[in-house]
Amino acid sequence: MKRNLISKRAIRTLALNVVVWLFALAWILPFIGLITVSILPYREVIVKGWFRVPDLNSLTLNNYVEALRNPLYDLATSYRNSLIVASLSSIIPVIAAALAAYAFTNLDFRLKALLFATILFIMMVPQQLTVVPLFLLYRNLGLYDTFQGIILLHSAWGIAWVTFFLRNYFKFIPKSLVEAARVDGASEITIFYRVILPLSIPALIAALIMQFTWVWNDLFYALVFLASGDKQVITQKVVMLKGEYHVDWGLLTAGSIISMSTPLILYMVFNKYFMRGVAAWGVKR
Amino acid sequence: MRLAKHLRPLIFLTPPFTLIAVFVIYPILATFYFSFYDKNSGLLNLNNYREVLLSTNPLNMIIARSFSYIPPWGALFHNLVWIALHVPIVTFLGLIIAYLLKYHVRGGTIIKAMLFLGIVIPPAVGGLIIRFMFEANIGVIPLIFSYLGVESLSKTWVARPQTALLALILGSVWLWLGFSVTIFSAAMETIPRSHIEAARVFGASTWRIFYSVVTPQLKPAIIVVIVMTLLWDLKIFDVVYASTGGGPGGSTSVLALVMYNYFARGLDYYKSAAVAIILTLLVLPLIILIIRRERV
Repeated sequence: MKRNLISKRAIRTLALNVVVWLFALAWILPFIGLITVSILPYREVIVKGWFRVPDLNSLTLNNYVEALRNPLYDLATSYRNSLIVASLSSIIPVIAAALAAYAFTNLDFRLKALLFATILFIMMVPQQLTVVPLFLLYRNLGLYDTFQGIILLHSAWGIAWVTFFLRNYFKFIPKSLVEAARVDGASEITIFYRVILPLSIPALIAALIMQFTWVWNDLFYALVFLASGDKQVITQKVVMLKGEYHVDWGLLTAGSIISMSTPLILYMVFNKYFMRGVAAWGVKR
Repeated sequence: MRLAKHLRPLIFLTPPFTLIAVFVIYPILATFYFSFYDKNSGLLNLNNYREVLLSTNPLNMIIARSFSYIPPWGALFHNLVWIALHVPIVTFLGLIIAYLLKYHVRGGTIIKAMLFLGIVIPPAVGGLIIRFMFEANIGVIPLIFSYLGVESLSKTWVARPQTALLALILGSVWLWLGFSVTIFSAAMETIPRSHIEAARVFGASTWRIFYSVVTPQLKPAIIVVIVMTLLWDLKIFDVVYASTGGGPGGSTSVLALVMYNYFARGLDYYKSAAVAIILTLLVLPLIILIIRRERV
């Protein structure tokens, strides 16, 4: 009797496991399709479809070479542009935001509540709210269609959430460390640099990676502020691979994979930081 | 030399807030001003808002004048339909999956990592993948329906007004589910295992434990998921721009895209500013909610 009950339960558990795993595999089927189509000649995909074991002889990297090298698409240049824009647009705001986060956790000043509310406001406001005046300003200042212009905007925009993120981390560094350093006569800058920053390396790395990914993934600011072909970033270029009527899925899937490769690699290497960064939203609030 | 005490915060606050003031605060205030600026008369009035809200151009329509069963219904309604479907699906599915992965299924970390892919990749690429998923002859969904013999759903979903909006919304579930699963999984870590064990000892079933032990303790996480998903749905742009560009015939356009169309196609900066303000007003209640929860 009891044994029967156990085996019934075991079967149910097994069935549940199978169902959930099938669901998960179905969930990533589009990714599998994406990869398969990108490494096959598109003519073959049209005729035979992609949901099959591909014929090893027909595998090709032509779609990738075409997307990267053909001057019509030139993803290679835009990939480099994305690297430049995303790197600078993550280093600058993380430094600036670390300063702000220190002030919010360890110093008292007038308007503290108002400034913090401003930070939260900017974190959630739509990007569309800033672009019109900046576009007109940038045109007058010669910042339109330059890396400097978009990097300054991304940096200022990113400071808000990074400040919030780092403040949540700094809050859990024991106040006694700061107090002790103050008693020893250390200046606030010294405390920030010598005490807080070294203890916050994981948070700083997480902020850098998430901000980098955010900027890399951005399309809207790029569409508004970068116009010439040799300045455009990868998200812009990939979207343009899609023709108006005829879609070459071989090219488009290869471009998509090139464009998402960087965030995917960062995610695989720094998985823990990503998950923690996102989870920070849900827990303990 | 030591700085006067009240000057010290300035060293920390000046660099970040100078950048914010010039590149975020100033443009926000100027957008607000522009939205009231009537370029014909040079006066400040509500003309931009009126024209934007009443436009019937399919590219820019915010509120449709007449409704049929088939979109376009106007960008505002598309955003609302998006929310009405996306928020409950993402919340419930996320809860159930997080629960099953934690207590009943082996290899949960791998599945979570797979689901998470959707929020790591650029949303623009996400839009392209959605198009790919729903493309006739090569996409997963039309292939399934053609196999089942459902003629009308085996076509390219994003090319037909009947199915385009639904395709994007379902596709956005695919992109965004990893977010809710991650949040709920993290929150479930904080539920003591003893609570679950105790319920089990008293003979509670799997589903009973789910809805009367686990779910009530996840209330804060559920609120976060709902709020963040609402924000995501209201601000959605890249996914739509990359997959359909608002088409066919405006049947998938959303507010952020209308703002961009006024800006880039119409070169009408003042109306574009008015749409940005309308979008912000919709987001504002959520922002106020979060600011209240997060006081310094």
